[in-house]
Amino acid sequence: MANLQSNFLGIKSTNPFWLASAPPTDKEYNVRRAFEAGWGGVVWKTLGSEGPPVVNVNGPRYGAVYGADRRLLGLNNIELITDRDLYTNLEEIKRVKADYPDRAVIVSIMVPCEEEAWKAILPLVEDTGADGIELNFGCPHGMSERGMGAAVGQVPEYIEMVTRWCKQYYSKPVIVKLTPNITDIRKPAAAAKRGGADAVSLINTINSITSVNLDSMSPEPSIDGKGTHGGYCGPAVKPIAMSMVSEIARNPETADLPISGIGGVTTWRDAAEFMALGCGNVQVCTAAMTYGFKIVQEMISGLEQWMDEKGYTSIDEFVGMAVPNTTDWQYLNLNYIAKAKIDQDLCISCGRCFAACEDTSHQAISMTPDRKFEVIDAECVACNLCVNVCPVEGCISMEEMDAGKTDPRTGKVVEDQYANWTTHPNNPAAMEPAE
Amino acid sequence: MPTTSPSNKVRADGVVSARLSSEQLNENFCDLHAPLSPHEAKVAADRCYFCHDAPCITACPTSIDIPLFIRQISTGTPEAAATTIFKQNILGGMCARVCPTETLCEEACVRETAENDPVEIGRLQRFATDKVMDAGVHPFTRAASTSKRIAVVGAGPAGLSCAHRLAMKGHDVVIFDGRQKAGGLNEFGIAAYKTVDQFAEREVEWLLSIGGITVELGKRLGENLELDELQSEFDAVFLGIGLAGVNALGLDNEDASGSDDAVEFIAALRQAAHLTNVDIGRNVVVIGGGMTAVDAAVQAKLLGAEHVSLVYRRGVENMNASKFEQDLAAQKGVNIITNAQPVGLIANGSVQEVEFAYTETGADGFKVTDETFRLKADQVFKAIGQKLALNVAGLDIEGGKIAVDENGLSSLDKVWAGGDCASGGDDLTVTAVAEGRDAAEDIHAKLMG
Repeated sequence: MANLQSNFLGIKSTNPFWLASAPPTDKEYNVRRAFEAGWGGVVWKTLGSEGPPVVNVNGPRYGAVYGADRRLLGLNNIELITDRDLYTNLEEIKRVKADYPDRAVIVSIMVPCEEEAWKAILPLVEDTGADGIELNFGCPHGMSERGMGAAVGQVPEYIEMVTRWCKQYYSKPVIVKLTPNITDIRKPAAAAKRGGADAVSLINTINSITSVNLDSMSPEPSIDGKGTHGGYCGPAVKPIAMSMVSEIARNPETADLPISGIGGVTTWRDAAEFMALGCGNVQVCTAAMTYGFKIVQEMISGLEQWMDEKGYTSIDEFVGMAVPNTTDWQYLNLNYIAKAKIDQDLCISCGRCFAACEDTSHQAISMTPDRKFEVIDAECVACNLCVNVCPVEGCISMEEMDAGKTDPRTGKVVEDQYANWTTHPNNPAAMEPAE
Repeated sequence: MPTTSPSNKVRADGVVSARLSSEQLNENFCDLHAPLSPHEAKVAADRCYFCHDAPCITACPTSIDIPLFIRQISTGTPEAAATTIFKQNILGGMCARVCPTETLCEEACVRETAENDPVEIGRLQRFATDKVMDAGVHPFTRAASTSKRIAVVGAGPAGLSCAHRLAMKGHDVVIFDGRQKAGGLNEFGIAAYKTVDQFAEREVEWLLSIGGITVELGKRLGENLELDELQSEFDAVFLGIGLAGVNALGLDNEDASGSDDAVEFIAALRQAAHLTNVDIGRNVVVIGGGMTAVDAAVQAKLLGAEHVSLVYRRGVENMNASKFEQDLAAQKGVNIITNAQPVGLIANGSVQEVEFAYTETGADGFKVTDETFRLKADQVFKAIGQKLALNVAGLDIEGGKIAVDENGLSSLDKVWAGGDCASGGDDLTVTAVAEGRDAAEDIHAKLMG
């Protein structure tokens, strides 16, 4: 029977599903509801320095991107860090942690990039009994204009410096939250590690404008006719987040750095995928904001069922298992030949595969007057577009050609051996294959 | 004892009006398919897969680009969607209401294949067309005048469609119709719950707003209108006269009081100032198996008839009424009896009973058996088909209809025909619209060629 118990940096939680630092974790009331619903941990919404708290806009804070049936695919947010008094937050954190000793409570912090500021707040946080801190170097809106959030996360030297202060003035684990609004995610991750970070968490939100009101000509969310870029999150950002996670997991410099995965985790499967790419746990926000805290129940039951089916008893057994299979394009096997195959019993004859292939790809699908669609192997390059546009799951699949067979497209016999671009004759920089 | 309430007329014998209260009648005759709200339309539109060379387009007699108009709805431009519809079918509003979509576009929908639950094409079409028509917007303008004059006989779906397309091309059109109101079967021949709020009348008005079309009512071919005169007076003639003749049972007492043609009942109901004015029997028998039979039977039930039987001489699989229509009738409480043929009308001044003999269809074909039964009836509606009521020298007839080529051209010079009166195609509103439109294109090509 699968055990979802999580031990991330020595921080124990009943499961690997944490709520990310965000509106859902801004106060005691919400966090208690989250724990009652079954969440393994929370990262408390980012605290700022002592003194008058930040203020938020008083108009809309969120913008959205929808899929069919108004499914929320992406959310963008211009809310800032907590706009509640520091001490109120600290007292609440202390109470909640005391009441839920088996859950993880992490405190997110964002204070100016000055040693004194960090030195001042860290003992206060330490006193709450929280399990660790997360440094918010990610928020791309509002705070970054004040030299905080992404403004720090975009400068590896600052990350290293602030992380070092935190390790100096705080005794428990330090997680550095990274911004994706950067060219190469490996640089800030490496800087965090050099600064002594116990882990990185990523991604924070992505700079975004979700829509423009074509009547008022204002970006949404619109505040009195003006809009600004916000932080994009939700299912739409998951592929970007997973790529960045894999970059850090694959980089020899940071391969041993624990990762908390964030970005569009909506189902148990999303969580398992992040974890397979090297994340010790995941953080969730948009899914909870869309459906409420109850969704964690599906995440828990789904992950348990999948682990049981696969024979995993603890989450550590599959964390990072997909990392060795994540490689560079140049190492992909060019002797692997596949062809699309359409299951005629499942086909509903919508013809989308035909339109996609005929108009935008390789003219490798035939269509009869009675709407039977078949793959022309002599033209199919196995691009997968037909699979992706087909509305029926499992109707079109990619079938590997066995070695020894002749690919009707190239007339060449499918070879058994692995061969990649580095040794390909068309590569001007090709190396001689090893003898 | 409570005083006699109007609802007690439910059990009144004979043919009487107002069996039900005015409120109950209004409720019974409300929209069969209520219009979609904007939210419902958005949800319904999201289900369309935007198929390649979509089967729904092929299944539509007017070939409306359905995936395109649904996508236009889903992207917030129902007005553009309406234009897409009206380009192919100027009576798209009526067709959205009366098309047997379950045997046309929605039957072909791939989501019917996938989930037995097609995209609601008909209701989406209504959503788009209502939007534009309710705003009083007519999306087309006339081309420069050609000075050609064309006579259209019959102001039903075929004639209106033909006239509109011709007017759009810059021709001047005169529509003649024998009734005192335009619309043809849209106005007189469709169940009231399919086209509420005088939609047929409003649609004609909207269609004519393109201009260039004059309507002359009370002009019937063979009575006060002659085809040869039209041929000489106009550059072309289009006949969209429908099937004005009604088939008879060929039984004694067919003229007895209470024995009526279903089409006349339906027309009278549609034209009634109020539903409480429409007479209906306590026991009603409808004879026939098509859409007209169902329309008559269901409306008889909705008017408050206590027992309504729809009797068809062949098996259910031979009924022209679609499965949806059959289910509707059953749901409204109509008793459907198949494989029974009327062999006698028992009357005593007015109809009392109908006698039926069971029929069999075996290896040696259709035969009437000796086994009979009787149904009480104070009203009998005959819906056993209509026939062409026109006989003009030189006008070829094929299968009881005006013989036409693929463009609707008849055997007579300058005379085209379309809709129910012409050969080819199903007797559907949407088919009539397609035939009228295509004949107009051919007339235009021939006149301007």
